[in-house]
Amino acid sequence: MNFLLIFILIPMLMMVGLFFANNRKQINLITLSGSVLLLLSAIGLTFLYLHQRAIGNTAEMLFITDVPWYPAFNIHFLVGVDGISVIMLLLSSIIVFASVLVSWKIDTMPKEYFIWFSLLSAGAFGFFISLDLFTLFFFLEMSLVPKFLLIGIWGSGKKEYSAFKLALMVMGGSVLVLFGILGIYYFSGAESMNLLELAKHTIPLNIQYYLFVSSFVGFGIIGAMFPFHSWVPDGHSSAPTSVSMFLSGISMKLGAYGAFRVAIFLLPEAAHQLAWIFLILAAFSVFYGAFTALAQTDLKYINAYASISHCGLLFFAFLIFNETAITGAFLQMISHGLITALFFATIGMIYSRTHTRMINDMNGLMKVIPFIGVSFTIAGLASLGLPGFSGFIAEMTIFVGAFQETDLLHRVLTLIAATSIVITAVYILRVVGKVLFGTITNKHHLEFADATWWERVSVIVLVIAIAGLGSAPMLFSNMINDSLQPVLNNLMR
Amino acid sequence: MQYTLLILVLPLLAFVVLGLVDSRWKARTAGTIGTTVMGIVAILAYYTAWSYFTTANPGGVYQKFIPFQMEWMKFSDQLHIDLGILIDPISVMMLVVVSTVSLMVHIYSLRYMEGEKGFERYYAFLSLFSFSMLGLVVATNIFQMYIFWELVGVSSYLLIGFYYTKPEAVAASKKAFIITRFADLFFLIGIFLLSYYTRTFDFDVLNSGNATVFAGTAGLSFLGLSLMNWIMALIFIGGAGKSAMFPMHIWLPDAMEGPTPVSALIHAATMVVAGVYLVARLFPVYYFFAPEVLHGIAYIGIFTALFSAVIACTQTDIKRVLAYSTISQIGFMMVGLGVSGMGGHHGLGYMASMFHLFTHAMFKALLFLGAGSVIHAVHSNEMNKMGGLRKYLPVTHITFLIACLAIAGIPPFSGFFSKDEILSAAFEFNPYLGSLLIFIAGLTAFYMFRLYYGIFWTKEYKHEHIPHESPLAMLLPLIFLALVTVFAGFIPFGKFVTNDGADYHIHIDLVTASVSVAVAAVAIAISTIMYRKENKISDRIVSSFSVFFKIVVHKFYIDELYMFITKKIVFRLISAPIAWFDRTLVNGTINSFATVTQWTSLQIKGIQTGRVQQYAFVFLLSTLLIAALIIFI
Repeated sequence: MNFLLIFILIPMLMMVGLFFANNRKQINLITLSGSVLLLLSAIGLTFLYLHQRAIGNTAEMLFITDVPWYPAFNIHFLVGVDGISVIMLLLSSIIVFASVLVSWKIDTMPKEYFIWFSLLSAGAFGFFISLDLFTLFFFLEMSLVPKFLLIGIWGSGKKEYSAFKLALMVMGGSVLVLFGILGIYYFSGAESMNLLELAKHTIPLNIQYYLFVSSFVGFGIIGAMFPFHSWVPDGHSSAPTSVSMFLSGISMKLGAYGAFRVAIFLLPEAAHQLAWIFLILAAFSVFYGAFTALAQTDLKYINAYASISHCGLLFFAFLIFNETAITGAFLQMISHGLITALFFATIGMIYSRTHTRMINDMNGLMKVIPFIGVSFTIAGLASLGLPGFSGFIAEMTIFVGAFQETDLLHRVLTLIAATSIVITAVYILRVVGKVLFGTITNKHHLEFADATWWERVSVIVLVIAIAGLGSAPMLFSNMINDSLQPVLNNLMR
Repeated sequence: MQYTLLILVLPLLAFVVLGLVDSRWKARTAGTIGTTVMGIVAILAYYTAWSYFTTANPGGVYQKFIPFQMEWMKFSDQLHIDLGILIDPISVMMLVVVSTVSLMVHIYSLRYMEGEKGFERYYAFLSLFSFSMLGLVVATNIFQMYIFWELVGVSSYLLIGFYYTKPEAVAASKKAFIITRFADLFFLIGIFLLSYYTRTFDFDVLNSGNATVFAGTAGLSFLGLSLMNWIMALIFIGGAGKSAMFPMHIWLPDAMEGPTPVSALIHAATMVVAGVYLVARLFPVYYFFAPEVLHGIAYIGIFTALFSAVIACTQTDIKRVLAYSTISQIGFMMVGLGVSGMGGHHGLGYMASMFHLFTHAMFKALLFLGAGSVIHAVHSNEMNKMGGLRKYLPVTHITFLIACLAIAGIPPFSGFFSKDEILSAAFEFNPYLGSLLIFIAGLTAFYMFRLYYGIFWTKEYKHEHIPHESPLAMLLPLIFLALVTVFAGFIPFGKFVTNDGADYHIHIDLVTASVSVAVAAVAIAISTIMYRKENKISDRIVSSFSVFFKIVVHKFYIDELYMFITKKIVFRLISAPIAWFDRTLVNGTINSFATVTQWTSLQIKGIQTGRVQQYAFVFLLSTLLIAALIIFI
């Protein structure tokens, strides 16, 4: 059996196990062991991948499994990985593990909650290993429905509104993606939905335009690019903690990953021609997200807009089309995924104690909950790009790449995007200063207990990952770099 | 020289260990570990300096060594960030300065910070700072420097905000970080542009003076200034932010909210001179490829020196007086670099600037630690809560006086020698500049003695408890630094640090020296008349220049200007409208899709009535219509 199928199998088995679980202990045992297994498998896969590369296996995709699914339309169940997918799997498994721990004590319908959560994970894992357009789309959809239920049932605040908004907007994105995918399949004339196969075919440019816009915008909605981002703040703020972590840590990355794998890889000529439009939108997104975050007073809104800003930078980097910038984009994907998960995790921990997310209602929390306070500060410092953490390395790689393009448009947009470095510092330090420092004004806050063991483990895993990527970036940037060549060749043809 | 790696590794380890154990250990243990580590680092640094300066100039010119280097991040085939250790005269000198002051502050803090909550955290942050600062000075390339530059910034943020329950400290730490971050943005853009055109980050390549390195920028200019000038100006802005040059100086006086030993280490001796060090590090690039910017640096330096010296005359918080004096003295160093040429006697300014950096680090750290000792005794920063302390704090008094004489430029104290060299260099560059600099030196002597008399003489303040001298652990650093201040002037600095690595023999320019000493003496005399005993002279002067005085006391309203820009413009005019736009227009559009859909469905749902007769009627009518269409068209 192919090793990659483990990543779909484990969540499925978790669902089955959860279905038969009849008490809280069993539920926790199943989810914890499942997520640990996923994490171990991802680490194992990383080593297997590095081993294959070390022994000189230069195939574009490794560990390929190809099973015909619906031969009439050339639909295959086709999976395989390159360095980029391996890293995305690693990221996803870390976040799933941390999210499971964070929801250790969730009290309403835990069984159903984790069943949907496992399905969500299965969708994300499947998406990152798919090489067949249909398989890819299948998993994309699979990770959609659970979000609706998880927010609508387990959320807080205006949860129905947010759940509908998120589901409808993302569904709209999927429709555009589907249109793009089908167009690529028909107009390429290939007898296959295999990504690698399709990349060898050239689609007429006038058709590429429509397909590129459709698929890029579709994935852009999922990846929260301006002006299609408005599901993000509402969705995050209503979602329960672990779903927020999953949404911005992984789900938003599905959009960016898809934009790269499908829109840019398969429609390179149109990508070249139309890049400038989306480049402007993305650079604006960076600036816009940062300034909007500055004006927010709800912790989750702040982080949601920060995510829009950081993901804007990621799309920006993709569209520069040089090796350094795209490597940076993937580093940013992992880095942002981890940092934002840490942010939402700590925000959730603060919220579960204070029952408010309004920064004006909190003061001096560092004194009573130092562990959570320090974790929140680390998330903040990582987010504003402190060397030693992952954010720095990702941003620097992107900017070094961006500065390789000397024309005026690139220069101006790069400078606009770069201003976010300062504004990020402003909104992060504003929040840290307000929430954690100063003296406690609310007497009830003096009674808080610091993080529990599951909260600690969850935070520590994320911090180790962030610091690991930040201090030994070459391990990962090499894996990404190795896998970029096919795409770059396609772009340069 | 492989052991130099330990200079970086040890403080980092100390930070990690102290940071992780947090409060599980006794405070004393944490302090001892931190101090011991710093002691070892200092010994290693002295050993490095000794072996470097005795052996590294076989042909009369100092060589550069890179005992350690590794590739840390690769951007492309040509561009990669290396982490390494560069051993050359200025980095070795800085190693000595940083490790000495840091060790003194570590020892001093053992008693000064005793009993504070978060003592372990304090030592962890001190170790982090020492690691970052040492990493900054030994950087082999500009990107490594930037990395450590950011790390010193964050350690400074953490230490200024050490008393995190105090709102002023939190605000000050935020301000310091954001202003330096703003400056760093320009620094970073400068680095990106420089590396794009030269394909390297390496100091060695950049400083080779080889025009082919910069061939990529040849002929490129923007708004009438060559591209290299732009790039180097951007890089200088980064340095100006860290070194608190006008108009980015406003964070430094506020940073005094941090613990006093921290002010001594970070905001007087080491981090704030990083900007000077940056310019010195890239001096050949400035000199050969961006001379206009280099001259600009001299003018910014002298303006800042004058501006902050004037403000220092009016402040009453002793730490703030010292902060403005630091800004002013860094201005002197910038002038030294800005007026310098390359090699031999032309390189006098460079040598003088580095010399002044060295002596200033020692006597300014001494002043801050002395101020800390005073604050320790009277529990206040305000000058009017002091007075007559010389009886109670004899050791502090004498050491403080030595430092005051040094900064005022009175021979034979160290400040005289280094400042005098800067003055000579400035005179050779431009006599007006030199004269103004002498005037500022006079101001320095004036406000330093105003401070000195205000603390130790004048009318005795009635204290609730009788102030008592600080414990030995605090006095030892004072005595050590005072000894350095007395004797450092006799170090033949030109033998060690020049910009071409060759030996330069310092000679005192008698005219400049006597004029500057005379000016300083007069200034001290005026200060003595006005402040030694309580009298009304200063009040009368203040009232006769009341408008000007008010402006100066309010620091020329620069802080208010910044508040206006950030609060009114950035928040009200940019951020808030964008947030409104997002919620109302962008989000509104999305919501309106939903509303329109809902409305449409409400409108058309009436069609589905469920009455069979109606359906049959519509069905028949449509059939007839279609039939008619087919027949007649």
